Amino acid sequence: MTDLRRPRVLGQSPRRVDGPAKVTGTARYAGDQRVVDPAYVHLVQAAVARGVLTGVDVSAARLVDGVLAVLTPDNAPRLASTEDAELAAFQSHDIAFRGQVVAAVVARTREIARQAAALVHVEIDHESHDVHLSADRDDLYAPEQVNTGAATDTERGDVATGLAHSPFTLDQTYTTAWYNNNPMEPHTTTALWLDGDLALFDSTQGVHTTREATAKVLGLEPRHVHVIAPHVGGGFGSKGTAHVHVVIAAMAAQAVPGTPVKLALTRQQMFALVGYRTPTVQRVRLGCDADGRLAAIAVDAVGQTSRIKEFAEQTAVPSRMMYAAPNRRTTHRLAALDVPVPAWMRAPGECPGMFGPEVAVDELASACGVDPVEFRVRNEPAVEPESGKPFSSRNLVACLREGARRFGWEHRDPAPRAREEDGWLVGTGVAASTYPVTRTPGSSATIRCTGPGRYRVRIGAADLGTGTWTSLAQVAADALGVDFGDVELLIGDTSLPRASVAGGSSGITSWGSTVVAAAEAFREEFGADPAEGDEAGAEMPEGSDEYAMHAFGAQFAEVRVRVDTGEVRVSRLLGVFAVGRVVNPRLARSQLVGGMTMGLSMALHEHSVVDERFGHVVNHDFAEYHIATNSDVPRVEAHWVEEHDPHTNPMGTKGIGEIGIVGTAAAIVNAAHHATGVRVRDLPLTLDHFLDRP
Amino acid sequence: MDGDIELRVDGRRRRLRVDTRTTLLDALRDGVGATAPKKGCDHGQCGACTVLLDGRRVITCLALAVAHDGAEVVTAAGLARGDRLHPVQEAFLERDALQCGFCTPGQVCSAVGVLDEVAAGHPSAVTADLTGPVELTDDEIRERMSGNLCRCGAYVTIVDAVRDGAR
Repeated sequence: MTDLRRPRVLGQSPRRVDGPAKVTGTARYAGDQRVVDPAYVHLVQAAVARGVLTGVDVSAARLVDGVLAVLTPDNAPRLASTEDAELAAFQSHDIAFRGQVVAAVVARTREIARQAAALVHVEIDHESHDVHLSADRDDLYAPEQVNTGAATDTERGDVATGLAHSPFTLDQTYTTAWYNNNPMEPHTTTALWLDGDLALFDSTQGVHTTREATAKVLGLEPRHVHVIAPHVGGGFGSKGTAHVHVVIAAMAAQAVPGTPVKLALTRQQMFALVGYRTPTVQRVRLGCDADGRLAAIAVDAVGQTSRIKEFAEQTAVPSRMMYAAPNRRTTHRLAALDVPVPAWMRAPGECPGMFGPEVAVDELASACGVDPVEFRVRNEPAVEPESGKPFSSRNLVACLREGARRFGWEHRDPAPRAREEDGWLVGTGVAASTYPVTRTPGSSATIRCTGPGRYRVRIGAADLGTGTWTSLAQVAADALGVDFGDVELLIGDTSLPRASVAGGSSGITSWGSTVVAAAEAFREEFGADPAEGDEAGAEMPEGSDEYAMHAFGAQFAEVRVRVDTGEVRVSRLLGVFAVGRVVNPRLARSQLVGGMTMGLSMALHEHSVVDERFGHVVNHDFAEYHIATNSDVPRVEAHWVEEHDPHTNPMGTKGIGEIGIVGTAAAIVNAAHHATGVRVRDLPLTLDHFLDRP
Repeated sequence: MDGDIELRVDGRRRRLRVDTRTTLLDALRDGVGATAPKKGCDHGQCGACTVLLDGRRVITCLALAVAHDGAEVVTAAGLARGDRLHPVQEAFLERDALQCGFCTPGQVCSAVGVLDEVAAGHPSAVTADLTGPVELTDDEIRERMSGNLCRCGAYVTIVDAVRDGAR
């Protein structure tokens, strides 16, 4: 066991380095970059969910003054790789989902591009489509593996026997909705093709991964693709992989060499083109004894994927490590439908996958008369249940205890529907959170002395609001043993050393370990008093997989349900997390509170409603796809327990970008049950669940 | 069809030729080169494009540029005096009332507008007494700031920042 460095700058709360530029609006995002006389791209989408494109008539569009080019499957250049079907723009006449891009207009102004796009006449032989997700379909299939490379199914012991011998059992089905990431910045690419080189100002969570994906599709050497993303207006996974608009922006740029082109997706287009969280159906079976000790845990998860590209949400994966039980089973099945390609959305797997089981635990605890905090404490595993590995640190119990204390849980009357205030039924609930510590290989960093006591740290990392500009500089300062102000950090550009994508809450673990290694290499080579221009670098060191590494948390919710109308309000959320060492408390609190707020939004509001007759999300804007507004979120608190974990990385951190959304919806649903006696198993928690009930 | 307009943006006079279909937002961004107003939805649903137009907060994606010839526009960039931030901006930084920062210029302009509206005694949907002065309670801030969406979920600290910025 190694010991962690004594923190100096780590643990302090410098304000955001990029903050002044952001509060004044001078920070330049992908659509804000200064380019000379740009052209604009507007996309044309298929209005049917399955069929064959028989004709794209661009004659009227071409006649509009100011139109520079119109790309369609009939005239677009052939791409070097169509292996990733999502990125194979204009390479086929097959329509695989409603909203697929069938043409792109390049024009002198936004207005002209949009006008001409409306004049493109598209003919499609419509075939019957199928977008209906159900766990009862007879064509569900088992993917080879699920997201993150985890096994599709697992089994330990015998669930049937475990359930048969349990005095208390539960067998319920829970569903989560289709959710769209909806970062505030629509996906935008500004592209310039000049002398065989492609420059992309892109809203991306990874400049290098976007470069690699784009170069492969276009058949370019990666060194000929330059991707720049100093600021990213949120991503939540939807900017974690390149989507088709990046390829189309590049093709449009190649169609007008020397002219920069700007392609900004509309909010509506984002509902079909940049990924989303699959709806899930989760059958949960649990069995326990009279003391609430689990004998069996089984989770069978069903999700959807597209017909052209598989994405398998790892919904049942958190149930493999959360609670102890000798008999356990998890499965994942998919329906391949005529739908847009699902992808990452904040805490894929854990977020939907901790909904069903954490509501189920509340139901079973209630059935056997054990307090739901205590129930969870009693089912703490000594080692990771399926792998048998020791935990590097596991402080779920501390989070539950500390959360209960702060929330005032001890005064709770467990009886449902026991508290009414001014026409509102009031209840409280709890759920657990977890998220794995992910270390993504493939980063490197350099450190250069730029003057007496001054250092420049270079790594192509990303800041999508996560605070990388600030927190990674703090990591570097401690690794070099200098003050925060002595470090100049450069990120967000492929001219910098390669960095892994900002995904899986892996940023600080991966980039931070790399920066620490580079600092060690620098000090080893140049000592404490380097000369200006001295430079050293390092790759991310390999880690050990000796330990099971996860962050944990406990979330408590107070919910009010209006007796007359069923209106649901979350009057309070309180989370306590065990996330290793916290790099910057000011920024960390924002991340955790932000995740919880998105969890509240998921619980109460969000639901992409699919019209199965036509195959598209009908509520494809902010007027109808509701996300939480300021007045929906009166009180959210995030706290953390001290946690010393010498195994995760040299800083002792665990990722914090995603755990905040995990378990929130379950805590809210459990609180709503306590308030009303109505058990909701299908999100969102709309008022109709609470009407027409005795 | 094009039209010629003149705008005063963050204190500088700007003459522009715009398509009659051009929104004030696109005129500011593409014509003037202002980066503070952001396009989050283009439908008046998110508030990211909020500026102060002739002193009042306005969603610029729902305004046509040609209809605002001669207007005075203050964006988040114009609220700062060089390196000296507006008290609301300072409060946003101190409270960390932002993450990705994309909605932030709109939030800041909206907050400045809210403080003016409250000072002028304009009631909101949650104001109990419609006759007297308006007290800047957290409920008032939440209600009045709800036209500005923040997907990163910074609402709690935004309320803190608006409260601090009023002092």
